[in-house]
Amino acid sequence: MTRVMTETQKPVVAPVANKSDTKLGPAVSAIEVDGLNSWYGDFQALHSITLKIPKNQVTSFIGPSGCGKSTLLRWFNRMNDTIVSAHATGVVRLGELDLLARSTDVVDLRRRIGIVFQKPNPFPKSIFDNVAFGPRLHMKLSKSDLSSLVEWSLRKAAVWEEVKDRLHAPALGLSGGQQQRLCIARAIAVGPEVLLMDEPCSALDPGSTLAIEDLIFELQAQYTIIIVTHNMQQAARCSNQTAFFYEGRLIEVGETERVFTKPEQKRTEDYVRGKFG
Amino acid sequence: MNQNVSPESSTRTKSDVGSSPVANMVLRGSESRMRVDRVFRFICILTASVSVLILVFLLSSITIQGVPWLSWTLISGNPEPEPLEAGLRPAFFGTIWVCSLCALITLPIGIGTAILLEEFQPRNKVAAWLYSLIQLNISNLAGVPSVVYGILGLTAFVGMFGMFRQTDRGGGYAYAIGVDYFDQFFSEGDRAILIHVGDSSDPPTKPHPGMVAYDFDGKKVDVNIIGYDDPYPEDEEVLAYTLFADSESGRISEKAWYHFRLPFGRGVLAGALTLMLVTLPVIIISTQESLRAVPSSLRAGALGLGATPWQVIWNVTLPSAIPGIMTGSILAMSRAIGETAPILIIAGIMFIMNSPRHLMDDFTVMPLQIYNWASRPQEEFHGIAAGGIIILLVILLSFNAIAVLIRHKMQKPLS
Repeated sequence: MTRVMTETQKPVVAPVANKSDTKLGPAVSAIEVDGLNSWYGDFQALHSITLKIPKNQVTSFIGPSGCGKSTLLRWFNRMNDTIVSAHATGVVRLGELDLLARSTDVVDLRRRIGIVFQKPNPFPKSIFDNVAFGPRLHMKLSKSDLSSLVEWSLRKAAVWEEVKDRLHAPALGLSGGQQQRLCIARAIAVGPEVLLMDEPCSALDPGSTLAIEDLIFELQAQYTIIIVTHNMQQAARCSNQTAFFYEGRLIEVGETERVFTKPEQKRTEDYVRGKFG
Repeated sequence: MNQNVSPESSTRTKSDVGSSPVANMVLRGSESRMRVDRVFRFICILTASVSVLILVFLLSSITIQGVPWLSWTLISGNPEPEPLEAGLRPAFFGTIWVCSLCALITLPIGIGTAILLEEFQPRNKVAAWLYSLIQLNISNLAGVPSVVYGILGLTAFVGMFGMFRQTDRGGGYAYAIGVDYFDQFFSEGDRAILIHVGDSSDPPTKPHPGMVAYDFDGKKVDVNIIGYDDPYPEDEEVLAYTLFADSESGRISEKAWYHFRLPFGRGVLAGALTLMLVTLPVIIISTQESLRAVPSSLRAGALGLGATPWQVIWNVTLPSAIPGIMTGSILAMSRAIGETAPILIIAGIMFIMNSPRHLMDDFTVMPLQIYNWASRPQEEFHGIAAGGIIILLVILLSFNAIAVLIRHKMQKPLS
């Protein structure tokens, strides 16, 4: 808890300056999107999106509600499969793997690309069982291996100190911010390469939001992170690259600082200046 | 009064300021509104107490009538024709057999169907059409009177649509295992002599010299055959197994515990399957409701971790839904325990002195035995029927209490 408190004292723009210093230079892309169109039934939600997501960096998707940013995110781990009317054309590649191909092993794909949702959704089980849930699905681990993996994940998600004494207490007894960090721990416990975050802080209070943002900053060393957000300060604070979407089209993508200070497109400028949204 | 709040008042002349006509109307109406509210509340209290009063009246009249007849004999005895000796034992075990068998068959089918309908979305038009057809059927079946299910069970399970030829003699069936047929003679010494026959459709046995005969203990006996003009043997032991040459036999059968036959006939299995028809819609609908109550964010969370649809159902959805499923199933089972009409059609009013010993055995259930007693003319049997009702009610109410307990103790918040 002390950690969270100190984070709230920090000036909100500080991480951006830090990051652009450390993350310069050509980046390898983790996910490549090429000409992606997506529909819900007859409604076209995405129009020929072409985008490269750099590896081990934070990319934020911004744009007004209904602009397709969450839809795009949900194609990366095929969560859209659960919506019967959703279909897509085009290519999304994770390394050599064509994500949208019918033959792609969705189960393995979702292990490699984890997701954190808008509302914290821990299972109605203990804290330990929540984190152990993913590993138990995919691997046979000894008891001691499993508990060290759980500890590692909880430490990584900056929630270990708060829960280490009550690992077997129900996860639903945690605060919203703790629940969300638990969900992040749960996602990284299966060893993903990419973490998708769909408005991870929109249901949290400002203190918890800063704790999560700080965590995102820490995690990018190991994971490629894509974060969908409505909060432009958040995009500015914790992402290296920002993509602006409007009405299902990718309007502009570039280094976060550039997009926010010198946007090339009029609509991007209007949006980041708060003229609509 | 703020004139900006009401658009009407702002368009009126300045003289209206301070007394909005809308506000006046609301004030005038409020007195009668409160009166309607009071009257309506009184009507609600009245209707609620009527239903409670009826229940209290029913329970107390049953108690007054039945308590004097409550005794251990009523639970442990056979349904003897003598009121003081009559008991529910065969009906009690019949109920246990039929209802546990019904639960064993219904729960997997019902929960499986509900999982399919709720957790696996139809992938194409034909499947979607099929789903809605099933759903419509289930909703309609839940409202069908149970006696109709009795008729259906009679056709489908007891007779199996007449697909199998049923022979008449000795209750022969088209296909049967675990059953031995005997022709039974009564000797002049009042002993039973049994002749083993291969099949129920064999012609009746005539007494003939050298036939292999057994007594009831399975011991081989020598049969002495005499004509009408012959004198009776003097030896008691010989007389005990003496038959006239033209004696007629009756066919009986001995069934092993693994006895199975097609069609099922009026047995425990047919009864359980018929109760399955009655309870299946209830279980499917209550399971669907409990599955629907599991937040979809939990499913998304598990799917996002790379769980297969089955892993999601088994590890997340079912554990969260299980208290609701159990509550619904227990209530459905308590309905099955009290169900009379379909069992009346399947089992008929039979004089059953034994608890069922195998799946095809004749049976009766508690409500049916109570119905049987209540329909007799003697006053004493009405008292026994009331005593039986008390026992049945105790069982049903404890089932419902368990359901309520589960709902309160096991139901956890899910998000």
